[in-house]
Amino acid sequence: MREMIKMVVVLTVLSAFSGGLLAAIKNNTAERIENQKLTFVKGPAIKQIFAGAANDPLADRFKVADGNEERDVFVGLLDGGKAVIMESFGKGYGGDVGVMVGIDTASETIVGIAVTTHAETPGMGARAKEDPAFAAQFKGKSIEKPIQVTGDGGEINAISGATVTSRAVTNAATSVAEMYKRLKPEIQEKVQAFNK
Amino acid sequence: MAKSITQEFVKGLWDEIPPFRLVLGLCPALAVTKSVQDGLGMGMATTFVLLCSNMLVSLLRKVIPPKVRIACFIVVIATFVTVVELVMQAYTYPLFLSLGIFIPLIVVNCIVLGRSEAFAFKQPILPSIADGLGIGIGFTLSLGALGAVREALGNGTLLGHSIFGAGFEPFAFMQEAPGAFVGLGLMLALMNLVGKK
Repeated sequence: MREMIKMVVVLTVLSAFSGGLLAAIKNNTAERIENQKLTFVKGPAIKQIFAGAANDPLADRFKVADGNEERDVFVGLLDGGKAVIMESFGKGYGGDVGVMVGIDTASETIVGIAVTTHAETPGMGARAKEDPAFAAQFKGKSIEKPIQVTGDGGEINAISGATVTSRAVTNAATSVAEMYKRLKPEIQEKVQAFNK
Repeated sequence: MAKSITQEFVKGLWDEIPPFRLVLGLCPALAVTKSVQDGLGMGMATTFVLLCSNMLVSLLRKVIPPKVRIACFIVVIATFVTVVELVMQAYTYPLFLSLGIFIPLIVVNCIVLGRSEAFAFKQPILPSIADGLGIGIGFTLSLGALGAVREALGNGTLLGHSIFGAGFEPFAFMQEAPGAFVGLGLMLALMNLVGKK
């Protein structure tokens, strides 16, 4: 009996101590982690899409409710007008591929795309992120039709040897386009507030 | 029987160097050695966890009832792993991105649990620290070396710098899991050859 009580007490104390320590560390790092994500994952992708924006898209962002989720929307003031960036994911060869898509709010065409997170094979699928020529193909495409690779009847040339990844990127782009169409009234309204 | 502190430390660097001599912890060794940086990062994370868990387990060895020791070890190890994960996310985010799921998986790394069970639970704190540090550094060196071989052959780079020039066609096989097995096997063979004398 004594032994049993000791086991329970030791485990409980140990777990409580561990829980407390972790909660403290999590509270202290949460803000930094959020900033790190913005700088390292979203930041470079957004800068790539909004090269030459007159504002700081990382600062000019707002959230839009989409069903149960909240979507981050980044606003860019470009030469040709205003554009927004949203992120979505497509199923790749090594898990989800995150893609940021910039959409011009006036012409409703794609301004540019950039891959954020992925676990694709280096030298193969990973080229979707590294090869600017692949991302450049999305520029100017209308968001009316689904965006697809040529093999599926679309206009995007897949990266050779990485069809699955290419498809993941086009699927993510299509899903951002749909998200934009779904949330359009709210996005348009909020974007109006941003001016040079 | 009683070895000196230095001996406990040094054994982790050659005599019992993981994952070659103690063929434990193969999962991270195969999965995250695509580049030198990933290998070293993983090694350092594991070293930190090994050091802290060895220390704490050794301190608590008189208090922990033997029947629930494994559960206690896991709580201790899991706590330190989560600490590493959070700190890594907060300060070295790019490294966290490339190591991903393998950081939480340090919890079930047999090396860490193995050292707690086989060593720290029975030894005073100083030898336990030396043991954790030695095994951890050995693991880091192994992963770094395996990462170097795989990165050089599979991607033509070393720490991100191109080493073979533009004419080199990457040997993509080395970046895949089978390449990791082959690389590990060859290194193990080499070590056995050298150690045989």
